[in-house]
Amino acid sequence: MSTMVSEEFELNMGPQHPSTHGVLRMLLKMDGEKVVTCDPIVGYLHRSIEKMAENRTFAQVIPVTDRLDYCTSMTSNYVYVMAVEALGDITPPPRGQYIRVIMTELNRIASHLLWYGTFCLEIGATTPFLYSFADREKILDLFEMACGARLLYNYVRIGGVGRDLSQTFLDQMMKFLDEWEPRILDYEALLDENPIFYNRTKGVGYLSIEKAKHYGVTGPNIRASGLAVDVRRDQPFAAYPDLEFDIPISTEGDVFARYRIRMEEMRQSARILRQCFDKIPGGPPSIPLNYRLKIPEGETYQHIESPRGDIGCYLVSRGGDMPWRCKFRTPSFVHIQIFRDLLPGVLIPDIMAICASFDIVLPETDR
Amino acid sequence: MNVAEFGEKLRQRFPQVSIVDDPDNAQALQIPASNYREVAECLRHDPEFDFDYLEFQTCCDRPPDRLDFLAYFYSYQFCHRLALKVILERGLPSLPSLADLWANADWNEREVFDLFGVVFHGHPDLRRIMMPEDWEGYPLRKDYLHPNVVKRPD
Repeated sequence: MSTMVSEEFELNMGPQHPSTHGVLRMLLKMDGEKVVTCDPIVGYLHRSIEKMAENRTFAQVIPVTDRLDYCTSMTSNYVYVMAVEALGDITPPPRGQYIRVIMTELNRIASHLLWYGTFCLEIGATTPFLYSFADREKILDLFEMACGARLLYNYVRIGGVGRDLSQTFLDQMMKFLDEWEPRILDYEALLDENPIFYNRTKGVGYLSIEKAKHYGVTGPNIRASGLAVDVRRDQPFAAYPDLEFDIPISTEGDVFARYRIRMEEMRQSARILRQCFDKIPGGPPSIPLNYRLKIPEGETYQHIESPRGDIGCYLVSRGGDMPWRCKFRTPSFVHIQIFRDLLPGVLIPDIMAICASFDIVLPETDR
Repeated sequence: MNVAEFGEKLRQRFPQVSIVDDPDNAQALQIPASNYREVAECLRHDPEFDFDYLEFQTCCDRPPDRLDFLAYFYSYQFCHRLALKVILERGLPSLPSLADLWANADWNEREVFDLFGVVFHGHPDLRRIMMPEDWEGYPLRKDYLHPNVVKRPD
């Protein structure tokens, strides 16, 4: 009679894998269908953005920051510009501040829509993807109207923004919000009461609040574990002190909770955008500055809330027209580390659900 | 608490250590490399500080002699922030690892090792993270030479 022998084997997931949105390799040690250990390997998309930034003028770095995260270029533009402005003691006019808030919030909705579509694809639902991408396209059309680009905007500039927003843009934005906001209910109807989705996500990938803090998890992922932190509220910047919004939290900490948080965040973003439409002041959107601007000597760290979490820029200037050192603290780089801890013990199909629920973006990780 | 108060408190805790305000960075305190680990432990565990979130660690190369290492800490409970700065020698820089205090430090230290060549003692798995394993040199050092890195003309 033969006896069954089982042994652990290594499985390479990636670097080229359809569900990792970029080039992430996970070296998994498997016991049958169960993960024993997981070693995420990054760096395949390393483009030395920080080294490139040291060899360009302050203004020339902005298009490079676009390439940090192709889903939310406005946010990465903004955090870099904020660091330059803090060092150079530059204050953009109020209209510029409002336009920046409008752009980051629109980009947050676009990013969450992209996340929603691909997250559903990963766990095997195709229809939501079609819904969300059709709506995201309308936001990209708005961006195209404002700055001529759909993904890589180079729109937030030192001292303001690239171009003023027209009244047509604002009216189109309100038209979009009126049409789109009820559709969040459709998105939810597709998943919330779907027993298959529920079973695939409820109780899967539980992240405790202690572990989340220990790993430095931020953004919607830590709010899904029950910690109400948001840079927009805790250390307000731009026009956020004038705007009202709630910070949705959940104490469940599983994949389902992370999905719910992002749905609520889209509603809050829509609420912020409506207030911006009412409150946006007139006047110039930016202050004129020399293209080869010299920034006084010093160091600063500025951070804002990106759709993925806490994105920051540490900038050092030595008085020249180029940054001496420009470091980006990106949320995805931190979030990928947690897979080492969350994946052991789960089944292969859950790997995808858990990875997708953290909303990782690889260009941002590898920089 | 602001940085001056942190400096005051830490000087009381560690009277023999020289803790000075950093002239360049308003958020940072300079400490010697030999006391980096014990000060970080105090920041992590002391309920008065309670720095439960390590934001990032990085370096800034300042040739000919300085390599500045920075670690930014934040406390969710008190909403305060502090950076520790350690000035290292550019030759063979090394520091103790913080990977057991904040899990996040693991990859941050790997990145600093990869791009600046700082060796972290006690790190569980110190290898290159961005560059290929057989890469030579530390790309973010100012004197790093590579055919693809061309200096912008003035």
